[in-house]
Amino acid sequence: MQFGLTETQQMLKHEARRFFPSECPIAEVRRLMETDGAYDAALWRKLTEHGWTGILFDEASGGMGLGLVEMAVAAEEMGRALLPGPYFSTVFVAGALLNALPDGRGALKGICEGRSRATLALLEESACWETGDVGMSLRNGRLNGTKLLVPDAATADLILCVARSRTGQPTCQDRTGGQAELVIAQVCSGAPGVSIRRMPSIDRTRQLYSVTFDDVPAEVLARGDEAQAALDRAMDIATVALVAEMVGGMQRIMELSVEYAKTRKQFGKPIGQFQSVQHQCADMLLLTESSRSAAYYAAYALNEGTADARMAVSVAKAYASEAYREVGNRGIQVHGGMGFTWENDIHLYYRRAKASEIAFGDAAFHRERIARTVVDGRAAQEAAVGSSRSM
Amino acid sequence: MDLNYTDSERAFRDELRAWIENNIPSDWQGRNSAGESMEENFAYLRAWQKRVHQGGWAGVSWPREYGGRGATLIEQVIFTEEMAHAAAPPLANVLGLTLIGPTIIAHGTEEQKQRFLSRILSAEEIWCQGFSEPNAGSDLASLSTEARLEEGHFVVNGHKVWTSFGWAADWCELVARTDASAAKHRGLTVLLVDMRSPGVEVRPLRQMTGESEFNELFFHDVRVPAENVLGAVNDGWNVALGTLMHERATLGAGLHVLYKRQFDRLVDLAQTIRRHGEPVSRDPVIRQKLGQIYAEIEIMRLNQIRSISRVSQNGTPGPEGSLQKLFWSELNQRFQQVAQEVLGPFGQVEKGSEFAFDDGQWAYSYLRARGNTIEAGTSEVQRNIIGHFVLGLPRSY
Repeated sequence: MQFGLTETQQMLKHEARRFFPSECPIAEVRRLMETDGAYDAALWRKLTEHGWTGILFDEASGGMGLGLVEMAVAAEEMGRALLPGPYFSTVFVAGALLNALPDGRGALKGICEGRSRATLALLEESACWETGDVGMSLRNGRLNGTKLLVPDAATADLILCVARSRTGQPTCQDRTGGQAELVIAQVCSGAPGVSIRRMPSIDRTRQLYSVTFDDVPAEVLARGDEAQAALDRAMDIATVALVAEMVGGMQRIMELSVEYAKTRKQFGKPIGQFQSVQHQCADMLLLTESSRSAAYYAAYALNEGTADARMAVSVAKAYASEAYREVGNRGIQVHGGMGFTWENDIHLYYRRAKASEIAFGDAAFHRERIARTVVDGRAAQEAAVGSSRSM
Repeated sequence: MDLNYTDSERAFRDELRAWIENNIPSDWQGRNSAGESMEENFAYLRAWQKRVHQGGWAGVSWPREYGGRGATLIEQVIFTEEMAHAAAPPLANVLGLTLIGPTIIAHGTEEQKQRFLSRILSAEEIWCQGFSEPNAGSDLASLSTEARLEEGHFVVNGHKVWTSFGWAADWCELVARTDASAAKHRGLTVLLVDMRSPGVEVRPLRQMTGESEFNELFFHDVRVPAENVLGAVNDGWNVALGTLMHERATLGAGLHVLYKRQFDRLVDLAQTIRRHGEPVSRDPVIRQKLGQIYAEIEIMRLNQIRSISRVSQNGTPGPEGSLQKLFWSELNQRFQQVAQEVLGPFGQVEKGSEFAFDDGQWAYSYLRARGNTIEAGTSEVQRNIIGHFVLGLPRSY
């Protein structure tokens, strides 16, 4: 038993640690976040040339076919460097979804080769991360409706839209009243009838949009249970990648804060000599390392397909969602007034922490998911062995 | 990264499981204590350790030449976890096995190893630690118990507190000041003291739970032969630090199994206790809190596997043990609070009332958890250690 990186994974980590901050230093992050889409063609080309766009996908699709622990290693370093723009949506969300669909492979090649970027349009007015609330309509091969909080839509070539087919065989009930089958439909973002509007939000390095579809022709990639299963798989992968990214962000805040505490002097000594400051730093380490344990275990469990894999994902996201925010709070506090300035980089991470906390379900969402398994699941287990109590 | 056991780790586990199945005492199941008195209970645990020793499972991590099993750190964790899974009784000489024995192995002379180690394994001789003092708690190095060298003996005078198993102990790992003129960390020496020596007095120290797990020890002109120095004279701080590192690294092993079992029991109770017309387990606030505690127990398990993996690659336990200690102690306090919220007004009812849940265990655990952030180094000291030794911040004291 060994809970640690292999030598090859270590090499990947070193390469990623070198690559992201040197190809996209924080000054470049700041430049890009002021542009619509936070996208840079030259950076994208470099990401492609170095194989990062193909990290998850097998060689037949043009990728490197690495596992999910390797994904976590790469994502952690991206999070540490605060990599901006559509990479996450393209590779870890839309790419993971296409990879989980038998008919999705075609589009993957374009992603691996850097020719296309993609995103997933899931949320609507209810802003619920489960598909039960999806009401967007697909009728006669055409999409109508509005998706909200869609990441990186302005720079995506492909939009994968979760919708309800109103023509196929009705197989599942949705909460919007009618009977309709869940579908994943692929849309070209440049198609007539697609309109994309910015929703300015806290994390400027990864921007959110509303996307309205007005009778837009769409290609159905999957339906019903197959669509739901692919979506579950992709959301699990994306959530683990996100948690790993969050660990990288926490790591960076901690490094900046500890460094500052060693150099900033008040009352004639470094503020890091005061226990009140030292203990904030110790807590940052505890939160970061605990999130890291949870993130890498979830990546491992998902990669190996262990029985507790989905629980591991929820444990990691429930914990890291609060941990990243807390590390951010402590980091800003240690920096004092400097931490509250635009010039200091910590608020960029603090903003990313909030967006990451929300994405794919916040702590409360995942705690409820845990409760469904460990609280309700235990009752079901006991009922099955005939020891249920009178209620 | 590979969380599967290797073939030899699996073989170790299977052999252990088979042994436990055949040997675990049937009259212990579901109990926390055997017999009415502390003495009766301790005699039972001592007999249990003897049986474990005869089976070849005491001191699993110790080298074979000293009667151990030469188990790897991971096998040691397997041992602790399997014992916890089986709800086996604890081992009577736990301090000797996990802290003092390993310190003697690291610093002892060959004579000391021959004299003490096998008797630790068999629970023939029980050990305690004489570290903390009334005026030396977190600032352990300022301790004032003195040991003066006189004609081949150290003469010890002083007062120790928070001594677990003091009342049952035959021997004590004592830290005393042997050079008052040296800097406070440099004048200390570790002595192995026979608790039956004239001048040793043991008094019970009653805790807020009402029990007396701990003792106070008084030393009045206690004569300790000079050959009972562990390590070098005036190098006691390094010797004691080794013990403290073992303490932080191993104290938490297996705890997640106990917490998980308590958690499952709490969930069962949450399904039977009704409030506002439905089981408490349907209350969304309670569900959130149970979900959080589950996540934290799981992360405690993962942190442990990670740190054990790191230690088994780098050798001795380091200051990272402080992270573990901080995590489990603070988690247990949150956990016991959530338990009280699940149980409602009857959660406070103690042992002895038919209205108590689980014979008052939850009321007891709530109070006992309060000590967790103080014993084995306060949370403040753990954060100091992390700040200075792990993060490299300047020393604050």
